[in-house]
Amino acid sequence: MFFRNLFGCLLFAIAANASAAEFKVDQKDKQFSVSHLKIKAGDTVNFVNGDPFFHNVFSLSDAKTFDLGSYPQGQGRAITFNNPGVVEVECAIHSQMKLVIEVTK
Amino acid sequence: MYINRYLICRSALTTLLLCWLFSVGTVDAAASKADPYRPAGMAPIPADNTATPARVELGKMLFFDPRLSGSQWISCASCHNPALGWSDGLPTAIGAGMKKLPRATPTILNVAYNTIFMWDGRAASLEDQATGPIKAKAEMDQDMTILVERLNAIPGYGKAFEHAYPGEGITEKTIAKALASYERTIVSTNSPFDRWHAGNKKAVDDSTKRGFELFTGKAKCSVCHEGFNFTDNGFHNIGLKTLKDMAEDVGRFNQRKVKINHGAFKTPTLRDVALTAPYMHNGIYQTLEEVVDHYDRGGDVKDNLDPNMEPLNLTLQEKQDLVAFLKSLTSQPVLVTIPQLPR
Repeated sequence: MFFRNLFGCLLFAIAANASAAEFKVDQKDKQFSVSHLKIKAGDTVNFVNGDPFFHNVFSLSDAKTFDLGSYPQGQGRAITFNNPGVVEVECAIHSQMKLVIEVTK
Repeated sequence: MYINRYLICRSALTTLLLCWLFSVGTVDAAASKADPYRPAGMAPIPADNTATPARVELGKMLFFDPRLSGSQWISCASCHNPALGWSDGLPTAIGAGMKKLPRATPTILNVAYNTIFMWDGRAASLEDQATGPIKAKAEMDQDMTILVERLNAIPGYGKAFEHAYPGEGITEKTIAKALASYERTIVSTNSPFDRWHAGNKKAVDDSTKRGFELFTGKAKCSVCHEGFNFTDNGFHNIGLKTLKDMAEDVGRFNQRKVKINHGAFKTPTLRDVALTAPYMHNGIYQTLEEVVDHYDRGGDVKDNLDPNMEPLNLTLQEKQDLVAFLKSLTSQPVLVTIPQLPR
């Protein structure tokens, strides 16, 4: 399951330019499609809501603090990670949804 | 003495534990996922605090023992009263010094199935939660060092702790583990809804059946009150009014400073909800009818309303059906024994 999700995630890694990529992470059945994601500084992650109710992705980590706000099924919101570090991502509504993004140089 | 729908008697605690083990069933995870309303299997138990009759029995003594509080007058059961749906029947709790607290006492029924604890989610496990109210100045106002000394001076507790947790002694950690072990036995039993859902067509009336359809459909209740325990363990601002004598309560925002969490509180279970009035984290509603009316309005305070909230346009009959369904979640009466406390 993990590798299938990881593979699916990587399939959406689209090189925007020579040094940055975009990743897609789904929110389905109140879970992120991956629990750990390794990206490079400058990469973007698009969080897409696949559930028939709202999610609200955020992080309060020192490496990256953000709040994507709440959005419904079918919508996605993207965020670029410019600095290396470990970013713990959660859903503010559903606390069991957790994802760690490891941003490397 | 607790004399209500719960009968008081003394029986072997082993029987209670066995009843618990069998009442929660042995449904595997896959089956529960396929049918989210089917009673779940046993709730997860930490590897370092596996359930034994000795641990449950010790936890039960501690739960009912007022000597756990600074005043030696308030026990866990003072607020989590089995005769009142494991709550207290008050709009908001009464704490140390008879002071009114800002939040309602949540039931602890099925607390073992929660993934996060307290109205604002400030405890990550049942063991973490267990000593929180004991230490809280406003609640039981107990210094844990004094409590450990006090319990160590009671020979009966020394023996009970050694039997339950050999070699670990009486510590804040073993007190928490014992309390958590007992709380994991407080589970819902076969309700009319469960019997109907299992195939007994006569277990509930037509109004209840329509109510369940509304619950999972037009009324959208199941967006948050999902699964067999009727909670998503999530946090929602449902637009409750703040009464004049209440201070503003930001809820989950104190734990996670994200805009949507301002005024958001954890979704409670609906199991035995007919027994746990008043309702909401601030106890603002006395009846289930008032609760349904609130959701039908789409909440009252719209400043930071959960985006899943919106007016429902329910008819009077639909509201009555929803209440009938909610009342069908009441467990069969169980025997709750009051332990003899060590001296």
